[in-house]
Amino acid sequence: MLLSSVELEILKIIEENHKLPIESIALMAMCSEDTVKKTIEKLEDEKIIISYPTLINWSKVEGQDSVIAMIDVKVTPKRDVGFNEVAERISRFPEVSSLYLMSGAYDLSVTVEGKNMNQIASFVSEKLSTIENVVSTTTHFMLKKFKHDGVIFNSGNDDKDRRMVVTP
Amino acid sequence: MKHAYDHYLSQTAKELQPSGIRKFFDLAATMEGVISLGVGEPDFITPWSIREATILSLEQGYTSYTANAGLLELREEITNYLATRFGVQYDPNNQIIVTIGASQAIDLAFRAILNQGDEVLIVEPAFVSYAPLVAIAGGKPIPVSTSAANGFKVTAEQIEAAITEKTKAILICSPNNPTGSMLTKDDLMELTTVINKHDLLVVSDEIYAELSYNGDFCSVAAMEGMYERTILINGFSKGFAMTGWRLGFLAAPKEIAACMLKIHQYTTMCAPIMLQRGALEALRNTYHEVESMRNSYRRRRNYMVQTLNQLGLECHTPGGAFYVFPSIRSTGLSSEQFAEELLVQEKVAVVPGHVFGESGEGYIRCSYATSMEQLQEAMRRIKHFIETRKKVLCPTAAQSTIQS
Repeated sequence: MLLSSVELEILKIIEENHKLPIESIALMAMCSEDTVKKTIEKLEDEKIIISYPTLINWSKVEGQDSVIAMIDVKVTPKRDVGFNEVAERISRFPEVSSLYLMSGAYDLSVTVEGKNMNQIASFVSEKLSTIENVVSTTTHFMLKKFKHDGVIFNSGNDDKDRRMVVTP
Repeated sequence: MKHAYDHYLSQTAKELQPSGIRKFFDLAATMEGVISLGVGEPDFITPWSIREATILSLEQGYTSYTANAGLLELREEITNYLATRFGVQYDPNNQIIVTIGASQAIDLAFRAILNQGDEVLIVEPAFVSYAPLVAIAGGKPIPVSTSAANGFKVTAEQIEAAITEKTKAILICSPNNPTGSMLTKDDLMELTTVINKHDLLVVSDEIYAELSYNGDFCSVAAMEGMYERTILINGFSKGFAMTGWRLGFLAAPKEIAACMLKIHQYTTMCAPIMLQRGALEALRNTYHEVESMRNSYRRRRNYMVQTLNQLGLECHTPGGAFYVFPSIRSTGLSSEQFAEELLVQEKVAVVPGHVFGESGEGYIRCSYATSMEQLQEAMRRIKHFIETRKKVLCPTAAQSTIQS
């Protein structure tokens, strides 16, 4: 879908910061508040804006840490539908937080989240590997998140403003 | 007993005025919770790949001097950059000097061209160091005031009126600090006639060239007939977010460059090698980051200009840099009063316009090189400040009697 330059501008502004008020977005993109509202509605309807998730560092919240595993899945593609059918089937499991078709040594990269290792182990052995056309799985448990969706975790003071208050 | 030093000090140094910004900085630095619109540098940290290249060069043991003019490799890269980006051709062997910030380049330019008493026209409002640097080099700074009515663009008539037989050069900074105003090709065309007619040199401070928002920046050196009389000054500070690196460069006709190089080699030797190697990475691989920073500034500029105008602080839409320069005359305050009261009452730091020259009186400089959250909060506070003042100025008749 081809967007106008104003629509593109609005999209880029909220990609960076979706918490900005409509008035500010309108001033930044040099358009009316009505245009901003309508554009956002349109982009949501078109599923170009899919959702506004909040990135949370759960490891900092006691008792709330989860276990994440990235699983390499080899699949026999099916005639006519290729990888789509099996990928869609896997993506419906709520434990799966992301799923990509990859080039290279394996076919699907599946990210799974669970409360503990057992939960993930049973998901892999009972659900994932039993799906027809899944040939093999290799499970990698994530040990620590350093960066996610472009955001560095525990960046300390890296983004602190170190500038002097007034400079020429 | 207190030792008397006055007779030791040079007359020139004694006559230099301390920057008006300093006083403001001292006041603001003591306060907590200040939102600063007073910062003349990017809010971005230098792109990582530039920092990484610099660290690598240290690890590899690049710790020696370089050629006085800078690494030839870097001068070649600068030459390419100036040619592809601004359409000006220079020879890396004898026309480019890598300097300690654009500031040193300006210093070199004045020292190389000025004899005692030579006059230099400084288009004002202007960056605080031009006039002192002219004075240090033995010249006489002559302010040429511009006005808001013309978007703070200097006109040929204003230049003509300031020229005497002693005028040697004119300093132009476009996009401008503090006004953000930018001279387009047409604007420059108008100026070249008078510059040619009086055989002036142009010291062109183009440090904000990368931060021009309509894509119509034009280098003075690219103008017809100007190449031979222009000392082009640029650097990495603003566009590449590298202020603290103190790395700039200049490009000039080779006779002038040779003269500047002599001064540079005796005063500075060369710019630090590891930083020069970082600059190589900046020019080779980080242009997409410059573009993304520029887009971010442009959006914030749009927000600031419209919001300030809505608040009754009239301002033109600046073509470049990251400053807006609104008029505060409607408040009945002087620049200094406005800035001081705003800081004390609302904890927002701006720079009073008069520190950039007489024609800056009645204006304040607001930098938008800070986050949207901070800008929005600053605008809320300025709005509150103006509304509170209105209540004080136009209360009921009884109250105003008490006030007076």
